[in-house]
Amino acid sequence: MSRPEDTLSADIHYNDTEARKYTTSSRIQNIQASMTHRALELLDLSSPSLILDVGCGSGLSGEILSSIPPEEGGPHVWIGMDVSASMLDIALQRDVEGDLMLADIGQGVPFRAGTFDAAVSISAIQWLCNAESSEISPAGRLSRFFNGLYASLKRGGRAVCQFYPKNDEQKKMITGAAVKAGFGAGLLEDDPETKNVKVYLVLTAGAGSTSDITGVVKGMDGVDVLDPRRKREAGKGDIKKGSKAWIVKKKEQMERKGKVVKATSKYTGRKRRIAF
Amino acid sequence: MKILSLNFLTCAVKACKSSSASYPLHPKDAELVQDDIELNPQLLVNLMPRIDWSALSTTATELGFPALPAQPPTPEELEADEQKLKDLHNLLMQTQIMEGKLVCGNCGHEYAVREGIANFLLPSHLV
Repeated sequence: MSRPEDTLSADIHYNDTEARKYTTSSRIQNIQASMTHRALELLDLSSPSLILDVGCGSGLSGEILSSIPPEEGGPHVWIGMDVSASMLDIALQRDVEGDLMLADIGQGVPFRAGTFDAAVSISAIQWLCNAESSEISPAGRLSRFFNGLYASLKRGGRAVCQFYPKNDEQKKMITGAAVKAGFGAGLLEDDPETKNVKVYLVLTAGAGSTSDITGVVKGMDGVDVLDPRRKREAGKGDIKKGSKAWIVKKKEQMERKGKVVKATSKYTGRKRRIAF
Repeated sequence: MKILSLNFLTCAVKACKSSSASYPLHPKDAELVQDDIELNPQLLVNLMPRIDWSALSTTATELGFPALPAQPPTPEELEADEQKLKDLHNLLMQTQIMEGKLVCGNCGHEYAVREGIANFLLPSHLV
């Protein structure tokens, strides 16, 4: 499928016709609804909260936030940001309950510190990876967004951003930017390795009830935790100084520095036999 | 835009981040509308500690509301006194700015509000 992100910026792509098409398509409505419910499940909110909807568009996700019944902790109040005026126009016509703002998330999040209990973003943050002019860079846009988001969430607050990464590189770039801003970050993939894969970036701001990001999915059914951090931590102490693995590691380090290094062979790291 | 949101918004200009004058934004030529929204007591109690009371007082005076009490109500007071809760709900949730401008006290940048939507798009040299 073609990616609109590759050709145009969000405010130009979602003109009046595209915005209408997007909002009236029942297929998109269903997908958006199921993703919003999944995001809410991950946010795990127990009482009515103030939520930031990043890239709220025509308010498809916001509608769900306002309609959560009291026994499930709702209804929530939300403030939506979007860069497309046409999308917001449709949101006005649909008479959504949240507050709307015309703003570019790549320019930051203009709220004072600790404003929101949580943030959701459905199919929006991949748009940050595009730069339309030479003055702005994807990395700069990502860092302004995540820094702003981190500040505007209350400590212990969570954010769930569903997005469509173009490739692994983009996934890494977005996650890296979030970690750099101070978030505890994890990626949750629903239906991995299928065409319908859905990627959720789960973020925690500051120390909360769950200090580790994996705590967010604890107790959820059918979630496998793959934690690449563990391996690195464990690997550090394992290599004994003077062993073959240690020597090979050192040689690689030297090679990376541009030094001339002898090739590794089966003799590497072996003791010389005593000649006499 | 609700008065509640206005209580959380700051100026988006980079140079204003460090200045205390950039918050709160001052409404100018504001046209207000009263909306009917269902009262949600739990939400207001949850929000109360996060609301900047002095900023809210400033905004209320600027919009021509009667002066607010000097001290913010405590959560217990709110739970006990329904009238207080209703007044607060009326001000924070039901009052909406439909048209007008929001002005930063530091740099003087004006954010236009049209049909209840504030425009926070900035030219690239201010980001």
